[in-house]
Amino acid sequence: MFRDAALIAGKDLRLEARSRVALNQVVPFALLVLVLFAFALDPDRGILSRATPGLYWIAVLFSALLAIQRAFTIESADGNRDALRLSGLDPAGIYLGKAAAIAVQLAVLEVLLGIGVAVLYSTHLAGWGLLVVTCVGATAAIAAAGTLYGVLAAGLRVRETLLPLLLLPVLAPVLIASTRAFEAALSGATADGWPWVGLLAVFALVYIVAGVVGFGPLLEET
Amino acid sequence: MTTHLTQSELPPGAAGGRSGDGVPTGTGSRGTRILGLVALLGLVFLGLIGLWASPEDRIQGNLVRILYVHVPSAMLAYLACFITTVGSAVYLWKKSRWWDLVAYASAEIGAVFTGITLVTGMLWGRPTWGVYWVWDARLTSTAMLFLLLLGYLAVRRIPAAAPVRSKRSAIVGLLLVPNVIIVRQSVEWWRTLHQEATLFANGLESEIHGLMLFAWFVGVVVFGVIFAWLLIHRFRLAWLQEQIEEHGLERAIADRRAEADAEAEISGAAEAADPSPTEPGTDSNGEAAR
Amino acid sequence: MEPVVHLRAAVSLLGRFPALAGVDLDVTAGEIVLLQGPNGAGKTTLLRTCAGLLPVVSGEAVVLGHDLTRDRRAVRAEVGLLAHATGLYDELTVHDNVTFWTRAAKADPADADAAMARLGLDGRLRDVAVGRLSAGQRRRTSLAVLVARRPRLWLLDEPHAGLDHDARDLVDGLIRDAAGSGATVLVASHELDRAAALAGRSVSVVGGTVQGGARVP
Repeated sequence: MFRDAALIAGKDLRLEARSRVALNQVVPFALLVLVLFAFALDPDRGILSRATPGLYWIAVLFSALLAIQRAFTIESADGNRDALRLSGLDPAGIYLGKAAAIAVQLAVLEVLLGIGVAVLYSTHLAGWGLLVVTCVGATAAIAAAGTLYGVLAAGLRVRETLLPLLLLPVLAPVLIASTRAFEAALSGATADGWPWVGLLAVFALVYIVAGVVGFGPLLEET
Repeated sequence: MTTHLTQSELPPGAAGGRSGDGVPTGTGSRGTRILGLVALLGLVFLGLIGLWASPEDRIQGNLVRILYVHVPSAMLAYLACFITTVGSAVYLWKKSRWWDLVAYASAEIGAVFTGITLVTGMLWGRPTWGVYWVWDARLTSTAMLFLLLLGYLAVRRIPAAAPVRSKRSAIVGLLLVPNVIIVRQSVEWWRTLHQEATLFANGLESEIHGLMLFAWFVGVVVFGVIFAWLLIHRFRLAWLQEQIEEHGLERAIADRRAEADAEAEISGAAEAADPSPTEPGTDSNGEAAR
Repeated sequence: MEPVVHLRAAVSLLGRFPALAGVDLDVTAGEIVLLQGPNGAGKTTLLRTCAGLLPVVSGEAVVLGHDLTRDRRAVRAEVGLLAHATGLYDELTVHDNVTFWTRAAKADPADADAAMARLGLDGRLRDVAVGRLSAGQRRRTSLAVLVARRPRLWLLDEPHAGLDHDARDLVDGLIRDAAGSGATVLVASHELDRAAALAGRSVSVVGGTVQGGARVP
């Protein structure tokens, strides 16, 4: 299973390296969201800096939707779903591989967005340990749930509108937890943040199990 | 198009009115008529007690009467969600269509009850707090439940074949209860850590006793009966819809074989002429089977 | 001798549509069987069903010893399907695609190299993105993937379509070699002359059924 996962993850990342869709489209989109927030929230009144953690994670969530859609669009081209079913790959391995590739892309995105936020919103970054661990947990949670719901919506004609409707309510706890953890880190009260990281870990675990079990049946046509 | 359903294809328990050739004319049966009557009487009873006989609350005045509807609705909404998850689980395990449709019906009725909960909550909230909505833990969780149910129902209605729909919605349904639990937990932590007043605490923890307690209890029972009545009807409706779709299959197989015989005749007759392959084209489903 | 493919009154569904409406077919090892018939008759569906991709809802269906009505996933690793779709990633190169799919199938990497060489893909085409290739070159890449896996049952859906003359000869050579080494080949094709010369036997697929498919022992 892990061998197959590594193979799939490698293939997805190599594909991304060649096509550069995440780099050329998803990252600019994320930065665009940050800019739009500034238009909506008037930087001079201090709202922007107080709301920074939440805005950051909303930008991550919206960008994650695009990344997940992309991860499954590459499989829907030209009979690749059939080929995956016929390939002899363990579906659980395919799930883990795809989730890992999405996680890597999200991690890069989060770093770039962090820089964006530090620059655009003049955020003073602190509590680095908590920030990094929160990102790890949130990335795992988003990738785990996103890959499961992604394959569920994949191959359907309505997938672009269905995935956000399914995934965003499910990821609401991730948004709450990551934002609170970030707030704790930035304000120096890091002790408050760690319980939230625990929530992220539980969430990620639940969805990894759900994904490993549920991906195979969902990959089938019926 | 007339359909002739055999006795075994009718929804379990349905013995309702039917036309001459055995086609059910509705989803009613003796059981549901009795249930419906009980629900109606119960509703009248609840109205009498809730609106008239029971006293005003010390703090909230007459507003407390809305809670006799609001609280049972909320309880049943969560129960419906639970039923959907259980139904989805059993469907995935045993491929039982009965459980699949129970999950569907339950989610739809649950969405209705969640809507009622939210609306009555807002009606209660406006005079009490001056605003229609506050982000307290309970209301927020209920709103999230609503969204999760809408997501499930959206998957239920995707334009795809029935087995695809059933399997995918079953997986979403299976995750419904875990999602609700995680969301509730995180929302409660969030709101209590910020020391926001959970304003509903005032509403429910004020002393409920005597006739008010009885009214609340009647509310739960009556709404439970209404829920069951709605669930049975919705389930039977879904069952009948599935039966109609399935019936098409046998006819489709027959049509396809008839196509084969027609082909054989045509190619037989055209033996002497130029033997170019005929093309019936794509089938009525739009699928290009080759 | 144990048939490689044994179907009796097999009904297979595409969604709700019975694309196969009761198929009888027997194929023994080493045979090359031509499937002919009009569009919409079910040739593609028959091949995909034998590959274990579609559910068989009634009848008997045994392929390579696996009962498709019980578990259709087990047979997939042992068949090679050449479909209308390429099954390739357009943004990756020929070499990337072939090595990915062969490693996925746990096949020998040496077989992958040999297959690419056999299909003329180890030269300047090796590091070209598949999306940039012509349709015929893409078909050859898909074939390379199939050949490298060494399946016991080949399921080819119009393999000659879109290929030039040399490529078609190449395909025929591959099919003959496969059958010669004990694999079984089902070919759906409109190229009746070429395919008839290749095949030992031909059956007609019409209206979701097969005429001339069953072997009465």
